[in-house]
Parts: sequence; C-alpha cells; structure tokens
Amino acid sequence: MTTGTATRPSGGVRRQDGRERRKRTRAAGTTRLAGILLSPTLLVLGLVVFYPLLSALRQSFFTENDELDAEGFVVEGEKFNGLGHYFDAIAGDGAARFWNAVWNTTMFTTTTVVLEVVLGMAMALVMHRAFRGRALVRAGILVPWAIPTAVSGLLWRWIFAPDGIANVVLGQQVVWSADGPQAQLAVIIAEVWKTAPFVGLLTLAGLQVIPNEVYEAAVVDGAGGWRRFLHITLPLVKPALLVAVLFRVLDALRMFDLPFVLVGQQKQSVETLSMLAWQEATNVRYGAAAAYATIMFLYVALVAFALVKLLGTDVVGEARTQLRSRRVRSREAVVA
Amino acid sequence: MSTPQSGRGRSRGAAWKRWLPTAGIAAIVLYCLAPFYWMVVTAFRRPSDQFDNFPVPRVWSFESFLAVFEPGTGFGRALLNSLVVAGCTTVLTLVVGVSAAYALARLQFRGKALVLALIIACSMFPGISLVVPLLGLFTELDWINSYQSMIVPSMSFALPLAVWNLTTFFRQMPVELEQAAMIDGCTPAQAFRRVIVPLAAPGVFTTAILTFIMSWNEFIIALSVVNEQDMQTVTVAISKFTGAQGFEQPFGTQMAAGVVVTVPLVVAVLLFQRRIVAGLTAGGVK
Repeated sequence: MTTGTATRPSGGVRRQDGRERRKRTRAAGTTRLAGILLSPTLLVLGLVVFYPLLSALRQSFFTENDELDAEGFVVEGEKFNGLGHYFDAIAGDGAARFWNAVWNTTMFTTTTVVLEVVLGMAMALVMHRAFRGRALVRAGILVPWAIPTAVSGLLWRWIFAPDGIANVVLGQQVVWSADGPQAQLAVIIAEVWKTAPFVGLLTLAGLQVIPNEVYEAAVVDGAGGWRRFLHITLPLVKPALLVAVLFRVLDALRMFDLPFVLVGQQKQSVETLSMLAWQEATNVRYGAAAAYATIMFLYVALVAFALVKLLGTDVVGEARTQLRSRRVRSREAVVA
Repeated sequence: MSTPQSGRGRSRGAAWKRWLPTAGIAAIVLYCLAPFYWMVVTAFRRPSDQFDNFPVPRVWSFESFLAVFEPGTGFGRALLNSLVVAGCTTVLTLVVGVSAAYALARLQFRGKALVLALIIACSMFPGISLVVPLLGLFTELDWINSYQSMIVPSMSFALPLAVWNLTTFFRQMPVELEQAAMIDGCTPAQAFRRVIVPLAAPGVFTTAILTFIMSWNEFIIALSVVNEQDMQTVTVAISKFTGAQGFEQPFGTQMAAGVVVTVPLVVAVLLFQRRIVAGLTAGGVK
C-alpha cells in the first residue's frame, strides 16, 4: 500500500528508513502472530497424523516377540524384521489375503465412484432445473449423508436380510449376507446410496456458477439438449466434479465401516485393506498391521498424486478458487 | 433430439418438460428417504411383526424402543459417551481451528501455501494408518478406554475440514472492519476477538454442525481404542447390538437403536440444511 507514495525531498531518506524498519518489524510481528495462531493446529496434526505415520513406518519393520528364551521366559519387546512384513504381504503367507483385499478395495472404489458420478450428475441436473421443491430435495439429499455409516450398514443389512424387503421387491431369494458377489453388490448399493447425493450436491454447486448466457447463446446457435450438455455443461462443471471425484476416491479407498457392519469381518468377498489392517492390529500383530497400513497409505497417496497430476490444473485451480473469496469467484464466472 | 417445430408438438414438449423436473425431484427424494423410512417403520413394529412387509406398521408399538434402553444394553451410556466425545471434539476443534483459519485468511507470511497444503493433506490419510500406531501409543500411555483416546484422534479428521471452512468464511468478511477497529485503537488480537469472532458466528456455527456430525459418526477409532462396554460410543455399540432379549436377529431393536442415533442428526440437517450445504460446498471436503 505504501509503495506507491513518492518520497518527499525534505528528509525523505530518514523517513523512508523508519518506514522500512517499521514495515519489517510489522512483518516479523505478523509472522510471529501467525506462528502463535497456527501452532495449536499444527501441534494436534503433528501428534495425531505425522507422528503415527512415522511410528507406523518404524513399527512395520519390527515384529512382536512371542518366543521363549533359553530359560523358558517370554522375551519381551520387539525384534527387527526388516522388510519381512512387506514380503509376507506381497509374496509370502499373507499374499492371497492381501491381494484379495487390494482387489476388493480397488473394485469398490472404481465401481462406487463411477456410479456415484453418474447418479450424482443426474441428480444435480434435475435439481438445477427444478424450481419447486428445492428446499425439500436439499434436505432429503442430506439424510443419507447424515446417517452414520455404521447405522446405514445395519439398515442395509436389514433390507438385505433373507426375509427382507429387497428380496420381496425383487421376488428373489438372494442370500445377500453370504460371502460372495451378492455381498459385494450389497456393499456397493449401500455405499452409492449414501454418497451419490453428496456428489450431486457438489456438482449442483458447480452447475450454479455457469452463467445462463452461455446456454442462451448455444440455443441461438441451434444446439440441442444433448449437445449443450456435452459441450457446455460437462466442460464447465468439470472442475467441481473432479474435486468431488478426488475426495470420493480417497474416501472410498479407506472403506471400513460399511462392509464391517453390513457383511461382517473376515468375509473374503468384502474384506478391504483397512479391514485387513484392523484385523491384524486387534490380534496384536502390530508389525504386520503397520505394514498393511503403510502400504494402504502409500496406495492412497499414489492415487491422490496420480489424480491431481492426471486431472491436472483443473483440480488445483478449483482448490485455489475455493480459497479465494466468493466475490472473486463470481467475478471470474461472469468473465468466463 | 430435434426440437419439435409444430405448435402442438411444442406445447406437448413444454408440458413434458414441466413435469419432468418434478418427477425427478420426487425420484431423488424417494431414493434418499425410502431406506431411512424403512428403518423408522421397522422400529415402530411389534417384534412379532418384524418381518411384516406392509409399508405401514399394522400395530404401532414402542416395544423395540423400550428394548433399546433396557438395562444391560448399555445404550443410554453409549449415547452419553458419544455426546461427550463429539461435543468435546467440536469445541476443541473450533477453538484450535478458528485461530489457525484466521491466520491463514488474514495474515501474510512465508510458507502459507505449505501450511494449507499440509492441513489439507491430513484429511486424506486413511484412518487405519493412524489407528494402528495410535493403538500402540495409547496402550503405553494407558489411554485405552478413555475419552481422550477418542477425542484427540477425531480432531485430526475434523480439524482440516474446520480450518478449510473457516478460512473461506473469514475471507468473505471485509478486511476494512478490522482495519477500522485497529484505527480505533484495537490490537490485531482485539480486533479479531471483538469484531471478527462475533461476525463470523454463522460460519463458526456451520462448521460446528459439520464437525459434530462428523465426530458423532466416527467409527474406526472408537472401535479400536475401546474394549469396555461402558466406554463405547453409539456407532460402536450399535454395530455390536444384539438386543436385550437375545433374539437370533433382533432387527426391530437394531432399527429402533438406529432411529435413536440418527434422528437428532436428521432433525439438525432439516433445520440447518441451508447452512450445511453452504459449508459442504465451501469446503468441498467431506
């Protein structure tokens, strides 16, 4: 702000000096204040996120000692195991179970996110067009999101019970709770039910930023509904949609509550990486569990990185616009 | 695809277009609410009618609800635990998050982008890679079966969302307000406390609702760090619910428990839907 002011000839040097110094001390003060204000957050996140991550990495190289020593006493403590847990997971005893969990996690993530995007997009388009009942939809759409996943797991277990409503409606006798493809389908249906409306909500927010003039121009040019969707709506809503996809993918990769409650533990067809790691941890095989958790973390980080790289500037750009004030955002929308 | 040109065709198209969004709205609401409705209806059936598939209970009964709160289920205690954990998480997250968000929204300092990126990155970690080491740590600290063992990790999930949301809210407020306060002799801290905090109340409130819902729904940490029934939160209690009567599958009681856990959240969502949507789309983070 002060840079524009020209220095007056009389005693200008001294005054500028003072101003510079004051500016510098103010900057130092700001940095100190920022440090004070940010430190609680960074402390909490350091304690519960970064410390555990490092600790998990360390733990994954060790194994719990359950051997007896020469005198027949249990040896306390841990033993260094190097990459042993990782080898066990990828190629050793645990390999079959591990790769099954990787496959399940990946399969659940891809199928649910694809379905969510298609359904969510459709919902957003409907909501965008509707003038009546908007408040009703907005309230309704939040209900699946607000229900705790553990409760919705229970709810869908009831729906998919052998005598449950799903079989009655379908007129079939599917044993959904049994281990197998039908259990996977049940998990997918329940997950999509819970999160498709959420994707719809985020997409709707993106749709509402598109100025109406663009459509009017397209109508004048004679573009039909489908072409307008393909060439205007889709490209313009893409940034919002991609952010939704990114967060949904990361969320789906760590899926735990739903298969845990809906189908149960140690069911081959629905065991995800999170469930596998949890199982090992509760059996006090911390080393193996930590190895699974670390692999899981690397997998999520890799997917996040790949998505941001692949989707590129759009996601980063959207994240940046979200940081800006709404004023700037709406101005940009008008310019675009 | 081609637009009908004749007058009759157009009017028919218009009618079709008019009721289509309404039908779509109905379909969406049905899709979202039908399973929830089924839970509520089941909860109000008599246990003997549990498998009746009529859309409305033939005889309304509160038996399942009474069964949920029968002594021995520990469900009342679980509700209290959840309230304590989610309440403390919300308050602590807001206290910590507000100051961080203010710094990120208002102050210019080096490394701001890095701090923001770090905070966002924290919301992407899979819960399990935190649970495993924390379980070991809490065992050593003797924190297993304690409230703090659930509150502190929950904050790690809630904080990024809160900081992100609050930063957006603070940025929407004109800087001139604080500048005016500072000209009137306030220090930056005073300007923040006396001018910004009261004005940011709606944003803080929205963040509080989102944080509360999030920590109320938390499952994996509460499942891992607690093994005593007395310390379970509702989400864990409900997953282990076998009912007081010891049926093979006490679905009626489970659904009643589900209703008890969910209805406060649904009511909050209905009351504050406008704000919740604003908060969710501002943050873009779940």
